[in-house]
Amino acid sequence: MRLPAKHTQRLAVLILGGATALTLCVLLFIIFVVLKTGLPVVNLHFLLDNPRDMGRAGGIFPTFVGTFLLPLVAIAFALPLGVGTAVYLTEYTRETRITHIIRFGTDCLAGIPSIIFGLFGFIFFVVSLGMGWSLLSGGLTLAIMVLPTIIRTSEEAIRAVPYAYREVSFALGATRWETVLKVVLPNALPGIVTGVMLSIGRSIGETAAVIFTAGSSLRLPRSVFDSVRTMAVHFYILAREGISNENAYGTAAVLVITVLLVNMATYWLMHTFIARRAR
Amino acid sequence: MNDAQAKLTVRGLKVFFGQFLALRGVTMDIAANEVLGIIGPAGSSKTTFLRALNRLNELTPGTRVEGTVLLDGEDIYHPACDPVMLRKRAGMLFALPVPLPMSIYDNIVYGVRLCGVRTRARLDELVEQSLKAAFLWDEVKDRLRTSALRLSGGQQQRLCLARVLAMEPELILLDEPCSGLDPISTARIEEALTALKARYTIILVTNNTKQAARVADRTAFFLMGELIEYGPTNQLFTTPHDSRTDDYVTGRFG
Amino acid sequence: MRLNTETIVEKALLLVALSALMSLLLIAVFIFKEGVPFMVKVGPGAFLFSSEWEPQNGLYGIFPMIIASIWVTLGAMLVGAPLGIAGAVFLNEFVPRGVMRVVKPAIELLAGIPSVVYGFIGVMVLAPLIRAHLGGPGLSVLAAAVILGVMILPTVMSIATDAINAVPNSYREGALALGATRWQAVHMVVVKAARSGIIAGVILGMGRAIGETMAVIMVAGNAVRAPGSPLDSVRTLTANIALEMGYASGMHRQALFATGIVLFLFIMVLNSIAMAAMRTRAGGR
Repeated sequence: MRLPAKHTQRLAVLILGGATALTLCVLLFIIFVVLKTGLPVVNLHFLLDNPRDMGRAGGIFPTFVGTFLLPLVAIAFALPLGVGTAVYLTEYTRETRITHIIRFGTDCLAGIPSIIFGLFGFIFFVVSLGMGWSLLSGGLTLAIMVLPTIIRTSEEAIRAVPYAYREVSFALGATRWETVLKVVLPNALPGIVTGVMLSIGRSIGETAAVIFTAGSSLRLPRSVFDSVRTMAVHFYILAREGISNENAYGTAAVLVITVLLVNMATYWLMHTFIARRAR
Repeated sequence: MNDAQAKLTVRGLKVFFGQFLALRGVTMDIAANEVLGIIGPAGSSKTTFLRALNRLNELTPGTRVEGTVLLDGEDIYHPACDPVMLRKRAGMLFALPVPLPMSIYDNIVYGVRLCGVRTRARLDELVEQSLKAAFLWDEVKDRLRTSALRLSGGQQQRLCLARVLAMEPELILLDEPCSGLDPISTARIEEALTALKARYTIILVTNNTKQAARVADRTAFFLMGELIEYGPTNQLFTTPHDSRTDDYVTGRFG
Repeated sequence: MRLNTETIVEKALLLVALSALMSLLLIAVFIFKEGVPFMVKVGPGAFLFSSEWEPQNGLYGIFPMIIASIWVTLGAMLVGAPLGIAGAVFLNEFVPRGVMRVVKPAIELLAGIPSVVYGFIGVMVLAPLIRAHLGGPGLSVLAAAVILGVMILPTVMSIATDAINAVPNSYREGALALGATRWQAVHMVVVKAARSGIIAGVILGMGRAIGETMAVIMVAGNAVRAPGSPLDSVRTLTANIALEMGYASGMHRQALFATGIVLFLFIMVLNSIAMAAMRTRAGGR
């Protein structure tokens, strides 16, 4: 039996809408469960105390610090490389064989799963270069991981800068590099920052690439050569090894709140950026 | 006029975009301190000619140039000629005003700073001079630090003119600078150009034949990438040698 | 002098621009350098198609893990692809822009939730549900597939959205003008025109799923054997690496890198298909 077109339409919309609503509910449910089980544990002491007895008691302060230090180190390396690549691709070359290969490489890198980054970071930074499990090894591994994101968002932001600005700058006797520094990059800044925020968000939640490169020391790092443990790794170890469910839930809650805040800030930034461009 | 007197000597200038021959061999002399008007219908490569004079065409990939352009007897397409230095001598005003998204002050000193002028007093002086020369000083002198994007269209174009003047160029290239402006703003720009003639050589591309008649000493007529004829403005408009010029200036096409 | 600066800057930027490519090569070289000698020693056949994984006894067969990865990935696709595509179609075609502006970023937040948190939900909520209602250990192919399905959903949705957005409005108007209902226009014209983009999104999602590690470790149960039913506990390739990397050494460690190579190849194949699909779309327009 064939339904009349009108009814098919109603049915289709119902199914599609139902699926979308279900997705949305899953998201809210995940956040709800994490916060409901975790928030009772979270208080100022939990955030600011050192863990005791492998994390069975005490707080999560060093992991909180590690969670922010690691992305910082990663960005310190990835930002100049990513923005430099974007500048080269947009301002210094036409579409050639080299740019195609670079784009292909970037796309491939973006598709590599984090466990492979972890393997690579371990064998290359930790073992071959002798950096050991450290902030530096982990940061460099994450830097490679987020490089494609930074390249892509920067490239998009740079392409959005009106061509007329460049023309004016050249006509006023600026060289290409001067034009990039004084006109292109300042105007692409919001987009570049968006890419950085996305990368930070991803780094904060990363576990597989971090656990084998940054290690899992519970002490505050004194230098980039010290091992750190992030909240994601801390949660994984607590839950997996059954050390303390309570503290694991608490850590998960803080982790989720942090990631959501970073992502919402990113979204807000992107939104105002796009709104500004449309003006 | 002979070559020794000419500010610009153009010989057989051709511009190709890929396979397309946009400018079909232009030969002309431009004297110092004159205003040369360039008229012609849309698509006649007036702008391409203008951009060949400060080598801005080469920013478009696939552009090729043949022929010679001598500025004060120096070949600007010689490999030893630095296009960056050339553009400092040949300032350009675009069809639409493009203030950079920074303050009025920073816009004007943009090029000057790149030349290495850093002293505050000198920069202040340049800003005041060039804004006065562009008839904009009185309107903006109290808000030099505010964004240039907040100026009106006519003010923006005069700001762009001031920005060019601050570079103290020898040549000013104007690419339909009034096409987006209202009559009053247009009159302001024209007023400024007439006053500037004493110190600069000015080449004015315009869609508006009346503007050429008002401002230019001599006028050139371009059609389909060719220079049809050029001569004193009066003569070109009243007794042109070529019938196509006659058709255009009397408004029969274009 | 200034021209010199320009040339130096250009050369330096070219070097910088090669960094992503260099990283990729470095990753490939180091993973292969560790893993290939091992594969040669053990023999690719024994490594890929034997079912015995007992590193302490020198037995390194990853066949069960390969099968497990494929099962889990296909399962994730069954969950994530319909939901992701439905969401993309619904939000782009049937919902006012204002609603889309709220719902779409909310769903994109799903992509930002750390994988360990997904694993946590799987362990806390999903696995007990499966154990109670369907039987088995709970930590299973099914649990992993559902969790991964939700994780890849935003990927599928955002790429499908791009593809649907790229369909010219005139297509829709053309169909509507011919008397089609909105839904007929969407499924007969829009979805068809956006097909290769949607497929690319699904395949990229599969790449995500097969490479996902932490969530899978937590919810799949990690038993080394080929699954007989969706309720069986399994260990994927990624889980195998992550579980044993911490203490492996010598041959054992090399075996894990060799596992990485297999994973690497899977991903490369999936991503090449996805890129080819996207290129068809770009070329077709």
